[in-house]
Amino acid sequence: MSDVERQWTTRLRRRAVAALPPDKLLPDTQPSYVASWIYVFGVTTMSALAVVIASGCLLALRGPQWWHTSSVGHFVNSLHLWSVEIFFFAMVVHLWGKYFMAAWRGGRSLTWVTGVVTFLTSVGAAFTGYVSQTNFDSQWISTQAKDGINATGAGAYFNVLNTGQMLMWHIVLLPLAAVLLTAIHVLLVRVKGVVPPFDERAGAPAVTNHDANDANDTNDEKVVDA
Amino acid sequence: MRRRVESTRFRPDVDAPAWRGGHVPYDIIKEGTIAFVVVALLTVALAVLFGSPDEYPLSIKSWSTYHPVDFANTAVKELDGTSASALYGAPYNTASPGQKLGPFTLARWVGVRIPVHSARDFVLGPLASLPGEPVLKGDLTQYERATPATRQRWLRAYSAAPISFSNGALRDGATQAGPVPTIISSLTQMARSGALDQGLITQSGFYTTNYTLPLLFLADGSYLSSVATHQHLAGDQWGMMNETGNYPGQAWLWLYTFWYQIPPLNTSPNADVLVWAIMMVLTVLLALVPFLPFVRSLPRRTKVYRLIWREHYRNVQSIEQ
Repeated sequence: MSDVERQWTTRLRRRAVAALPPDKLLPDTQPSYVASWIYVFGVTTMSALAVVIASGCLLALRGPQWWHTSSVGHFVNSLHLWSVEIFFFAMVVHLWGKYFMAAWRGGRSLTWVTGVVTFLTSVGAAFTGYVSQTNFDSQWISTQAKDGINATGAGAYFNVLNTGQMLMWHIVLLPLAAVLLTAIHVLLVRVKGVVPPFDERAGAPAVTNHDANDANDTNDEKVVDA
Repeated sequence: MRRRVESTRFRPDVDAPAWRGGHVPYDIIKEGTIAFVVVALLTVALAVLFGSPDEYPLSIKSWSTYHPVDFANTAVKELDGTSASALYGAPYNTASPGQKLGPFTLARWVGVRIPVHSARDFVLGPLASLPGEPVLKGDLTQYERATPATRQRWLRAYSAAPISFSNGALRDGATQAGPVPTIISSLTQMARSGALDQGLITQSGFYTTNYTLPLLFLADGSYLSSVATHQHLAGDQWGMMNETGNYPGQAWLWLYTFWYQIPPLNTSPNADVLVWAIMMVLTVLLALVPFLPFVRSLPRRTKVYRLIWREHYRNVQSIEQ
């Protein structure tokens, strides 16, 4: 093995390309069963996340008090609020859709788990946003929420009455985690492909795909209908 | 290496059939771009149409200005150690063992990490920081040098007489209350001037973003909760998931809030830790759905998937016919 082949960089690239070749990462065809409005909610969730982050970055430009004193700032805050509402609506529909598709089948359990963890992280991100609004709503939510979090013992380190701490979690730690988890989730979808429908024909199919995926997203054996 | 596992035992809720059908063109970049533009336009439309709420925060000044008697009564409770924060337990103090999850008191295990001494932090400390005020200084010294029994006697005497507010000052008919009337009146005046707001947040230095003390003090009174109830935000009004005004709040917290509405949790002294425990268990179960035999079979049994893939099944049916 040459020096180049032994390099971490070379080995990482080879593993990455083997797991996710370009035609899987950026596919130009998809299985014909991927034809339902329910599939829209995954990309809608990601689009809403992009708008949430963009509007949050605009709010960050002028600091946490800006939106209270500026009509432009208030409008940007409105964009942030409504993009969050769309984000959660789309994410919950996406989650229920994937449940009823049993989307974990065929070695896709980790995709499901990362999706759930992303949802929970997003709930935390939204919550820390609500308690760092620096208005009456944040006063009330933080004084109510402290009891639940304190009762678990976590309140000793995650102090919801400490506005600065909550703001830092809201604008740095949790968004970073949410974006990272979303990226992992999407890459897993690309690696494993979209789960096929249940086979209802009499007699169970003989071919299964427990871990590695089927051929549904590779170009080598597929037939393009249109 | 890609592997196709040949198996004679197909588990329909675990395994997926290999797709032998056709493919259709798919422009993932175009799809993402269109979705982003549509969501961005929808967001702008909702923001223009509905805006967002921004209720002005309460302050110690507004509380003591509009409800001076409630403020004074709360200050007395901070002094005699009967306020909610004085009796809270961990992470603020050791006055209570805290909520129990079965035999476990999780908060007490972690201990006091955010020390709060109600009398010192909310009353005596801020008053001591006032410049001048020789009479007040003398009363504070008298109070702090008194024995706990004497302090309790003064506080009982003060609380026994009704407090009123007129002509910009507290009125009380207390006798034999020692320095307590001066302390409570001075704190009320300090609060009405706005100085107590600053006094509570600047105890850790010039720069601060920590509002633990003023928020705890506000929450000990009835002003904050009465405004919240008016805004339909109270706990028995599904408060945590609501938003001020008629705006959607954190609707995704509906299940968390739900548990607080039903017996026995709506009256349990351990409701918070029990609700958290329930939610943690449900969260783990949600994450483990692919591994739970009954739950993972429900999609196949309910056949809701036929709505999702109706076109696919229609095609399969037509081919079979």
